[in-house]
Amino acid sequence: MVSEMSLRLSNAHVLRRQKRILGPVSLDLASEGFTIVLGPNGSGKTTLLKVMHGVERLSSGEIAWSVPDDIAREAQAYVFQTPVMLRRTVAQNLAYPLQLQSLSRTEITTRVVECAKRIGLADALERPAPRLSGGEKQKLALGRALIREPRVLFLDEPCANLDGRATREIEGLLRDAHAHGTRIIMATHDLGQARRLATDVLFLLGGQIHEQSPASDFFRRPVTSEASAFLQGDIVE
Amino acid sequence: MDEIWDGVVAAFRLIVTLDPDLVEITLRSLQVSLTALLIACSIALPLGTWLAIRRFRYRRAVIATLNALMGLPPVVVGLIVYLLLSRAGPFGVLGLLFTPAAMIIAQVIIITPLIASITHQAMRELWAEYHDLLISLHTSKGQRVKTLLWDGRRTLLTASLAGFGRGIGEVGAIMIVGGNIEHATRVLTTAIALETGKGDFALALGLGFILIGLALAINFAIHAVSRTEREGRW
Repeated sequence: MVSEMSLRLSNAHVLRRQKRILGPVSLDLASEGFTIVLGPNGSGKTTLLKVMHGVERLSSGEIAWSVPDDIAREAQAYVFQTPVMLRRTVAQNLAYPLQLQSLSRTEITTRVVECAKRIGLADALERPAPRLSGGEKQKLALGRALIREPRVLFLDEPCANLDGRATREIEGLLRDAHAHGTRIIMATHDLGQARRLATDVLFLLGGQIHEQSPASDFFRRPVTSEASAFLQGDIVE
Repeated sequence: MDEIWDGVVAAFRLIVTLDPDLVEITLRSLQVSLTALLIACSIALPLGTWLAIRRFRYRRAVIATLNALMGLPPVVVGLIVYLLLSRAGPFGVLGLLFTPAAMIIAQVIIITPLIASITHQAMRELWAEYHDLLISLHTSKGQRVKTLLWDGRRTLLTASLAGFGRGIGEVGAIMIVGGNIEHATRVLTTAIALETGKGDFALALGLGFILIGLALAINFAIHAVSRTEREGRW
């Protein structure tokens, strides 16, 4: 695994049909930590994550990892808000990213079984993935992202449609991954979840970063009035 | 009604006695249509999938053309292939006219657009579902096509069977390029056309029933082998 992998965004903009979705955004993300991207709907959280992950192109500006692009690409994984399930079994879904790396069948099987145990789906290995419950699907999506042991993991509101129990299980897996050295960048608008998980916070509004600070500072003494209003549950746009 | 009953009896008699001519033309029908299906699938499945995931300038025009080619008149295909393979044609030197190879070529031209078009429709939906994941995993174009073909294999089976159905039931083109020569290029459909022309409706109907039975048997066999209904749970 790559040990140091920081990210710099400089004057980044994303335009769609002449409409500004994101930007200008300039930020530095260190190679450690659990960053929560907070903000109301439409504030640009998903776009920012996709830009950082490299699946959304910048209209202008620059994005640079501290390692070469091909290494950075291989060292990242992404979990979507609505989990995408391959029309295969749970085991085959977990095996898929490893098959892309052309690993041996024995190694794939070993890692799939280990990962399934870790995410609590060891008894469901032969079940069709599209038939799992919402929480199980999200756990599988997370397992599939973690099975390649990414250095950086992006998550886009992974618990948005889940109940308390499933949310707790997902958060447990994320804490575990973070404790094992995975850099996590996660979008959410769930303040409780942000308080439980974040080491630092990016607060987005109207496609721009309004605040970037350690989580304790952000939740205790937000600098901007918008962040303060957001924390108090007011509607901010 | 008598003629239909006579047809059933004729079909029964031909099957029970394992009539050598029937066996020969049945095997030739299968050989021509299955070979054409194999070739058409090897072109149409990747092509339809590629069209679903690739964006290029004239993509819509290509898809519209492909859809239009589904209704390609077999007789016209037969005529064009005939002209290409005839002595005076550009491929006349190959000596393929009035051989099963010519019939296979004609069938490939007829069924490839059909299979490619159905494949494109199915893969477009699957690609919409998989797009974000496969992009995020930084898969190559080849890996994307392979993944879509594998996960959409049951729909692709339907596309292939539609192609097979059109191929084995086709008569116009293979009559022109094959010539319906006994012990050489005669197949079930051309034999039916011949017997109808001779006024032997019972035999023609008998051959027709065998043709339908054959198409059904192949469909059932492929569904059974691919476990469509047992694993069709996605």
